[in-house]
Amino acid sequence: MSQQPSVGDRIVHKEFPPITRHRLALYCGASGDHNPIHVDLDFAKAAGFPDVFSHGMLVMAYLGQALTDAVTPSRIRSFSTRFAAITQLGARLTCEGTVTELFEDKGEKRARIALTTKDQTGETKLAGEAIIAL
Amino acid sequence: MVDQSAVGREFTPVTARVEPGRLRFFLDTIGETNPIYRDETAAKAAGYAAAPVPPTYLFCLEMMDATIPFEFLTALNIDLARVLHGEQRFDYHAPVVVGDILTFKPRVTGVTEKKGGAMTLIVVDTPVTNQNGVHVADVSRTVVVRNARPS
Repeated sequence: MSQQPSVGDRIVHKEFPPITRHRLALYCGASGDHNPIHVDLDFAKAAGFPDVFSHGMLVMAYLGQALTDAVTPSRIRSFSTRFAAITQLGARLTCEGTVTELFEDKGEKRARIALTTKDQTGETKLAGEAIIAL
Repeated sequence: MVDQSAVGREFTPVTARVEPGRLRFFLDTIGETNPIYRDETAAKAAGYAAAPVPPTYLFCLEMMDATIPFEFLTALNIDLARVLHGEQRFDYHAPVVVGDILTFKPRVTGVTEKKGGAMTLIVVDTPVTNQNGVHVADVSRTVVVRNARPS
């Protein structure tokens, strides 16, 4: 970001390809999260789910990617999310972030960014925020 | 069911190395093409000593290098099939780059029952330090346990 943002500015926006079983298998290996519920249909069904579903942290990784497309990683002071709903196979995710506050903390000018990840139906999967240094 | 007696429980510290090959696998998996993560020249131009890790990668490092997978679940007698991720937070204090060796020290800081005991929220807070003793980050995860219905 080269310019000082204003409250209300949407500074984060990125869309991602549909979540596939292959992506979940890759993420299982790449993340070290080997919970079978995300890759083993038999295990997911025995746990009461109709199918495997995305790791919440894959969705948060996409949100982090959208965030650092807009903001250099070294400027991010905190990044948090609530996992509002399970992200199903086939979900096409859109990540967005809007400036909600400009403030000073520890002698630094900062901005609060409200972040969301929604699927193609508009359902919110992740809701969170980041604090960034300006 | 997990109760307040779990608060304060500490688990085996995890030592994790930020390896370039594993990091590249993660970047490829999430389709990350930002040169700051892949090109040392771009990383140095941005002020880093080497390529930095993406914002959520600390969570992965702790899982990848844990000697006891899902230790906090087994130690608290929680069935993996009953766990969902509720919330996740990262506070960043200093850069983490390729080549760093990090130490994670997970500890239970909260246990809350919800919906009349149908769910239990467990908060695990994990300070992270690097090979120089610098406190680089705090990672906090909240897991949701779907408790069995009493029959």
